[in-house]
Amino acid sequence: MALMAGKRGLVMGVANDRSLAWGIASALHREGAELAFSTPGEAFARRVRPLADSIGSALVLDCDVADDASIDSCFAALACHWDRLDFLVHAIGFSDKEELRGPYLATSRANFRLSMEVSCYSFTAVAQRAVPLMTRGGALLTLSYYGAEKVVPHYNVMGLAKAALEASVRYLAVDLGPRGIRVNAISAGPVRTLAASGIGDFRYILKWNELNSPLRRNTTLEDVGGAGLYLLSDLSSGVTGEIHHVDSGYNIIGMKAVDAPDIALAKD
Amino acid sequence: MSDIAERVKKIVVEHLGVEPDKVTEDSSFIDDLGADSLDTVELVMAFEDEFGVEIPDDAAEKILTVKDAIAFVAAHGK
Repeated sequence: MALMAGKRGLVMGVANDRSLAWGIASALHREGAELAFSTPGEAFARRVRPLADSIGSALVLDCDVADDASIDSCFAALACHWDRLDFLVHAIGFSDKEELRGPYLATSRANFRLSMEVSCYSFTAVAQRAVPLMTRGGALLTLSYYGAEKVVPHYNVMGLAKAALEASVRYLAVDLGPRGIRVNAISAGPVRTLAASGIGDFRYILKWNELNSPLRRNTTLEDVGGAGLYLLSDLSSGVTGEIHHVDSGYNIIGMKAVDAPDIALAKD
Repeated sequence: MSDIAERVKKIVVEHLGVEPDKVTEDSSFIDDLGADSLDTVELVMAFEDEFGVEIPDDAAEKILTVKDAIAFVAAHGK
């Protein structure tokens, strides 16, 4: 039997077919999951509808995670269609791209708040609404990045937001464990997504990871999809509060590989 | 050069879902072809994939028309 047969889940944060959330959704669909999607506004919804159609999902709901009323109506709409939720994928983050280059020291109060709210608190906020629907237990999954643990150039305030998000995974795991709800995160290596386009010198970061990770390649949507399937299915029934690296092993490396070439920034 | 122009136009037509005859070299993605800011980022990524070039952020911000894209690829493409 397919791993996700009979399971229903909400996937929040697909932007297009390069999105990590889409990689996860594709893997879940392949294993028989029934999926709904949420997007912040029409610009994203019109991108996601054709993708949802392609896997037989008609549920594309609006959800602005910075607004509690919007989250409430999203889950109210979901509850009209489904009487139970089995899993949730949270792939949402935001920061002013002007502050995702140069020194962290320059971070403004306004963007610090916004980045924390959208990239970190939103996971807790959606968990609050998802949990009442998870009447038979469930699994929550969010996405993080190595910049939460170590300094990565230009990642700046997003590194702080992801560090807090990873801490929230652990606190939520304790709160929700007794209900049979597991909470985990995938810390994915850099992937060329729409979200990544906001990060300064992203091509350099991508090349560096390709040359220096143990697997000597970059992370793919299939890598993240497979790990997402594991963490949302019963295969990982004993796993919660985990930050699972899907990064070709990059996080274990202490310095540049001796045989990796020195690389320079692309100049124009 | 004309080959590049045709390939750029094909990407624009497919990505933005516009009629081919609406896409001229002077067309602005946002003003003439109805692109939003997400489309412009996706178009740059599509040009990078199609032509095997890297378009740095500073250069990407200056690619506003079909002509701009063709000129960048012609100067930097493989």
